[in-house]
Amino acid sequence: MTAYLDHAATTPLRPEALEAMLPLLTTDFGNPSSAHAPGRSARAALDDARARFAAAIGAQPREVVFTSSGTEATNLAIKGAGWAAKSRGHRILCTAVEHHATLNTVRYLEKFGFEVVELPVDRYGRLDPEHLTAALHDRTTVVSIILANNEVGTIQPIAELIRSIREHRGVLVHLDAIQAAPYLPIDVQELDADLISFSAHKFEGPKGTGALWIRHGTALLPQTQGGAQERYRRSGTENVAGAVGMAVAYELNRRERLEVTKRLRRLRDRLKETVVGLPGVELTGHPRDRLPGHLSVIVRDAEGESIALALDLEGIACSTGSACTTGSREVSHVLSAMGYPEEEARGALRLSVGRTTSDDEVEEARAVIPGVIERIRTALGALAVDPLGEGLRA
Amino acid sequence: MTRVLVAMSGGVDSSVAAALLLEQGYEVIGAWMRMHDVADFASPHKKACCSLDAAEDARRVAGQLGIPFTILNMEREYADRVLDPFLAEYQAGRTPSPCVDCNTYVKFGALLARAVRTLGCDAIATGHYARIEALEDLPAPGGRRYRLLRGRDASKDQTYFLYALRQEQLARTLFPLGGFTKAEVRALATERGLATAGKAESQELCFVPGGDYRVVLEERAGWHETPGPLLDADGTLLGEHRGIAAYTVGQRQGLGVALGERRYVARLDPAANLVQLGRRDDLLRGSFGVAAMSFIAGGPPNDGVFEATVQIRHGAAAVPCMVRPPDASRAGAAEGLAGATDGWTVTTDTPVWAPAPGQAAVFYSGDEVIGGGRIEAGARIELG
Repeated sequence: MTAYLDHAATTPLRPEALEAMLPLLTTDFGNPSSAHAPGRSARAALDDARARFAAAIGAQPREVVFTSSGTEATNLAIKGAGWAAKSRGHRILCTAVEHHATLNTVRYLEKFGFEVVELPVDRYGRLDPEHLTAALHDRTTVVSIILANNEVGTIQPIAELIRSIREHRGVLVHLDAIQAAPYLPIDVQELDADLISFSAHKFEGPKGTGALWIRHGTALLPQTQGGAQERYRRSGTENVAGAVGMAVAYELNRRERLEVTKRLRRLRDRLKETVVGLPGVELTGHPRDRLPGHLSVIVRDAEGESIALALDLEGIACSTGSACTTGSREVSHVLSAMGYPEEEARGALRLSVGRTTSDDEVEEARAVIPGVIERIRTALGALAVDPLGEGLRA
Repeated sequence: MTRVLVAMSGGVDSSVAAALLLEQGYEVIGAWMRMHDVADFASPHKKACCSLDAAEDARRVAGQLGIPFTILNMEREYADRVLDPFLAEYQAGRTPSPCVDCNTYVKFGALLARAVRTLGCDAIATGHYARIEALEDLPAPGGRRYRLLRGRDASKDQTYFLYALRQEQLARTLFPLGGFTKAEVRALATERGLATAGKAESQELCFVPGGDYRVVLEERAGWHETPGPLLDADGTLLGEHRGIAAYTVGQRQGLGVALGERRYVARLDPAANLVQLGRRDDLLRGSFGVAAMSFIAGGPPNDGVFEATVQIRHGAAAVPCMVRPPDASRAGAAEGLAGATDGWTVTTDTPVWAPAPGQAAVFYSGDEVIGGGRIEAGARIELG
């Protein structure tokens, strides 16, 4: 039996979303910018999707820009706001535990004369409002914060943080809600941010679709020039099916949220009981203020990568928390920022459950994980002594 | 079911190796080894086998085959056992054999150990053109159970780089391409529609993407030019050399001299920082020393005095020779036998050209690899 325990990476597309998308990929193929009947029909579907998604987050439809991904939404938010406010200031703040979509965007802007400060976090990955206040000054234009961390699941004390930012005028707040959106209440009025990034595939919508909420009246320099779609803010023929799938998936997600998160918490806690109960395994991220389906740990004297691979061969899909495809030995910047030394950070492992996770999958994982961790530890111990396998007998 | 880890380089050979094993019923896992940071530069050096592109090609083929795939970081082991010795050898005026070390210590060492210990594999496989034959039915003197044989495609045979494998390594190694020619392998790849079927061969060293190892010496070992005397065969001063690490015995190009007859690097003397050239015939040797010997069977045939053929570089012809162990060599030295050193002595029936200190000398009996070692400095002999 197999178990998919990597819902923080992506989730399966909901059948309801797929069903809503199919006509737009087949019969209703029109370009929403076309004036004729097929075009108008596509436009109507897009408008409807925008209205529904906006309603789900408490926003006005015109405040929602559909993008190709959460990463694109984040790029548009930070670059767009940063450049638009460049005449007033050049200082951009973020936490040291942002997703690469944010980190690499602000580091890119640094090359153009922006001043970037990556704010330190505590052992759980939380930003201290006092650190934030101390870093804010007159030239600060944008603050970007990851609402819930993708690697360790920690939720930021966002209300407090935004309150401290609001004591300064003219600072725009961008929230990366990509990992948080499926599980936390998201009401743009209540959050009091200016820009919020979303990604559809984290909540059973389609891949290749994201959205940026832009508070009405926020100055933003478009990052894509072209045919003026999305009210000039994001040119390019719209992914109508993607937008529709995203709206449908999120509507359903919101309707079921309380019930689902309650169950996820229970499943996660069962996993936690088994995994954190093992010797030398420690929970990372905040023990309480964390995403409901998210379990992240450090396995001492082991490599998360080896454990994840061994589990994969046993049919259990999970992750180390940060996807690295080039095999470099760099450890997670999130765990480093949280104060974990390199050797410990190498033992990172992330298990994340979602709405479609079955009890059986969790039980399967609970049955397999302890043995695999034990085996990998023994194997790595043997490799440390004999890295070239000279002790292997024929 | 036997679980095998295939070291996939992203080339056509290892792609086909993986495909064949899968068809033979093995449980196959693909792995690409990250051995150095050349992979960090999505490189303009398209042919380098270890660039990020290569990893992507390997991943693509694994995807086509539907096998698990992973990237394993072997940078530390590679630096310790291949790269650092490579740099040290050049700086000592020798010609390194990095591909031998990579096989002995990284692929069939660290990777094999990882595969067995962390992934529960029974064996590893590569796309080498070589054959392993099990001798399960025979009595096993000295524990010898496996023979290493040249690949069927003589022009592609890679046993020259595999001579230092031990029995326990061979016991856990599969070479699925040993019985095929390169042309057949390419056809197998094409038949199966593998993404790498039409990929060009990579010949250069994987960590020297531009083809000039001096750049690597400069970047990784802080090497800089240290000029010294460049002498002709008769001791005439011809000019200055750039530093001995920039030269290899047998090298003809880039010497910076134009003389009537072609000149080759004949001798590198690190102590005197001296490079001596010679005419082609000056580099012929009838005997040379070999150190760091290892034998596939675990020990030498016939108490160490044996006839064989010897190959002194990849792709070169194997030349009939007589091999004598250190003791016999010393005795030989006492008798004035030319070429005797503290190591083993090899006397060839016909002279070989430019045996380069540091390079591998590999001994064969027909197609079977007996063993090999590294050619020693001090192997200076005048033709008899």
